Amino acid sequence: MKKNYTRFFPLIPLIFFGLFYFYPLGSILKLSFAPEGKLQLDAASKLITDSYYLRTLWFTFWQAVVSTILTLLLALPAAYVFATYDFRYKQTLRTISTLPFVLPTVVVANAFSALIGPRGLVNTTAQQLFNLEEPPIDIDQTIWLILLAHVFYNYSVVLRIVSAYWQRINAELTQAAETLGASPQQRFWTITLPLLRPALMAAGVLVFIFTFTSFGVVLLLGGPGFATLEVEIYRQAVNIFDLPVAAALSLFQILFTFILMAVYTRTQARIATQSSSTHMVAKPVTTWWDKVIVWGNLGVMFTLLAAPLLALVLRSISWVDSNPFLYYAKLFDNERGSVFYVPPIEAVGNSLLYAGCAIVIALIIGLICAYLVVDKNNWLDPIFMLPLATSAVTLGFGYIIALDEPPLNLRNSFILIPLAHALVAIPFVIRTVLPALRGINPAVREAASTLGADPTRIWLTIDWPLLRRVLLVAAVFAFTISMGEFGATIFVARPDSPTMPTAIFRFLGRPGQVNFGQALAMSTLLMFVCSAGFVLIERLRLGDKSVDGSIDQGEF
Amino acid sequence: MKKLIVLIGTTLLIAALTACGSGEVQPVTLKLVTHDSFNISEETVAAFQEQTGHTLEIVPLGDAGEMLNQNILSKNNPLGDVVFGIDNSFLSRALENDILVAYDSPELANIDSSLKLDAENRALPVDYGDVCLNYDKAWFADNGLAAPSGLDDLIDPAYAGLTVVENPATSSPGLAFLLATVDAYGEDGFLDYWDQLAANDVLVENGWSEAYYEAFSLYGGDRPIVVSYASSPPAEVIFAETELTEAPTASVISSKSCFRQIEFVGILSGTEHEAAAQQLVDFMLGKTFQEDIPMNMFVFPSNSTAELPEPFVAYAEIPDSPATVSPSDIAANREAWIAAWNETVLR
Repeated sequence: MKKNYTRFFPLIPLIFFGLFYFYPLGSILKLSFAPEGKLQLDAASKLITDSYYLRTLWFTFWQAVVSTILTLLLALPAAYVFATYDFRYKQTLRTISTLPFVLPTVVVANAFSALIGPRGLVNTTAQQLFNLEEPPIDIDQTIWLILLAHVFYNYSVVLRIVSAYWQRINAELTQAAETLGASPQQRFWTITLPLLRPALMAAGVLVFIFTFTSFGVVLLLGGPGFATLEVEIYRQAVNIFDLPVAAALSLFQILFTFILMAVYTRTQARIATQSSSTHMVAKPVTTWWDKVIVWGNLGVMFTLLAAPLLALVLRSISWVDSNPFLYYAKLFDNERGSVFYVPPIEAVGNSLLYAGCAIVIALIIGLICAYLVVDKNNWLDPIFMLPLATSAVTLGFGYIIALDEPPLNLRNSFILIPLAHALVAIPFVIRTVLPALRGINPAVREAASTLGADPTRIWLTIDWPLLRRVLLVAAVFAFTISMGEFGATIFVARPDSPTMPTAIFRFLGRPGQVNFGQALAMSTLLMFVCSAGFVLIERLRLGDKSVDGSIDQGEF
Repeated sequence: MKKLIVLIGTTLLIAALTACGSGEVQPVTLKLVTHDSFNISEETVAAFQEQTGHTLEIVPLGDAGEMLNQNILSKNNPLGDVVFGIDNSFLSRALENDILVAYDSPELANIDSSLKLDAENRALPVDYGDVCLNYDKAWFADNGLAAPSGLDDLIDPAYAGLTVVENPATSSPGLAFLLATVDAYGEDGFLDYWDQLAANDVLVENGWSEAYYEAFSLYGGDRPIVVSYASSPPAEVIFAETELTEAPTASVISSKSCFRQIEFVGILSGTEHEAAAQQLVDFMLGKTFQEDIPMNMFVFPSNSTAELPEPFVAYAEIPDSPATVSPSDIAANREAWIAAWNETVLR
């Protein structure tokens, strides 16, 4: 009997993508290209003939490639450290590494400016120490700041995906090589790296798409001298209101990503690395080499990730008033009786509610999607990645015109927000789950089937033990995406339920020390709530009690 | 005495109007669509609900541009009944796309004619604010330099590297400041001004928050002159960390150095509650709402009978002759001006 309804599972993601992605996207494209029912393609031809757009595309592409390579290079050693060693505060450090992901770009821009801006902490200290006339670090509004911010945001994507996968690499292979006299370098290049490829590629693809569609970082940190396709789409759609050009650029962005993803998924499906369900045992830090590599990585993480976050926390404290927590106190005080005032508890509650819904939707649909593409080389996989590559303003406008009639009158509805968050989170769930799913040896399933186990039983005993670990990683990603309010939700109306990021934007939109302070206090609060959320999700461990706790403690 | 008579008269009039109004109009739920900077006190909303019996739902839809475009996209099935916050730089786009219906509100009598830009009264002026240069008073005192007194000072080599402005392509105060220079130096002269400003090391940020909270010296940046609002100095006093007797910043309000942004309300065509929507428009142009505007949105009331709150009287300066460019000129030239600005300043 059970077999019968599992057959309908594939329909769930197809309906979901149809209703909340293709239908709104199709509506806005139709309105843009054929407002009177007749196709007009002047805009598309404008794009090909105007060299400005080609230059924008080229910049978008190369900065994404460089950002991805830099992120992989910097985070790979840390992934090794987190997969191999056991050390104090490992869990805390992993949590901190994910926090940048939830912070709005305008807040991050401020943290960078406080740290390395012309009158930032690093420059003023260096100027005093070395008696310099000019600030030594001058990367404001340069490509370097864009690249730095991209690494800052995406570091944890690589760290989490690769270290989770690294732990499951069959340790016997490297040990065998060691016995046969292979040097550490030889073992890394010939065994570890090829085995890691699926995870490296999965993380790399996510980082690439993220930086390819980068908006806030380029707009706010790069300044007016830089524009990605996403920035140009926004400018065309909002400032100029030239929908045909905006739609043509969006379509172009989607097609480009689709082709790239199609190539990627084709190469990936062929590499099925088998991994064991047993974990590599994390070893303590003992030799001097262990110490160098662990402390070296923690040093990089501190400079790159923790220092800007710390700058934010410090700026959220009042140094003038007798109460250092003045800004936090003000958060609880509706001085002017504003109708938009939201008590912090309520903002936290709204954010968590949306995130909870988004996690459930993203995990269920993402998991089904992963099974749909696991062993077939099909065209669905690249399609499932498209929401990540779709301009937020385009999809947001699509929601306005497509989801306005019953039974889909959702444009003012509560549920549209977690749905939009889930849409962006699903690609993360798929990419996180797939390498693990492909690592399951089909022979094991066949054997179980031969021995008379029914499909549910096979799934519960073979798939589930492997999946529950990666599902936690996926849940953390879905949680961060929702808490940080990614993508199209900026354009979804939300009358009575302001979240933490919307509160931050309100404060930063008006002048005054207290407004600025409250924005930073709310950002700090957002970091704390997210940290608590990560810890909670990681503690769940989805009923995973079979493994020795000391090994499993905080592995993801 | 005179005041008292006016007061009693107005109260009676309002009472009479509301009495008739509530007799005819069924209580409904009205949706007010607006931008993210909209704000008003709970008391004022309660006053409206009490006077009219309607329930008010406020729907913020992003920044002014995003909000307007969403209203245009949804004009066949509007997102609300009344829209607040279309400004003069976007007015033509709203009128050309036919999203508003005309309404001759009785409150228009109290509004200065210089603010009325739509002769058909589809868009009714509800508030205004001046985009002006702000400067950090302490910085100029410490560095022994005279504070800027007009646009010309910014291209003086003594002021090299001191100014931060916003990109007119991505920021509304940025566009307003560009328009001020267009009016001040003429269509033939403004690019020359910007050329000299660029040579004088002006910094361009894409958004107001970056310019004000990062580059401006008051918040730790290295630029003591920033494009902001005439209402920013009072905001600095109201939202100060510790009580201040003097604003830490001031605005430059010399002739044509500020650009006046006027915001409008209008009834969205296609609304099912036109009579109730008219009541809401009357209310927003009326004294209660108008007097609540400054402290919540940091702009000035359009209704000349509305009294300004104390900090505004003390710290805000209203320029006598701000720069103006007509909405139709803005609509016709905006992209060309921005493109030319781009060529001059960024390349």
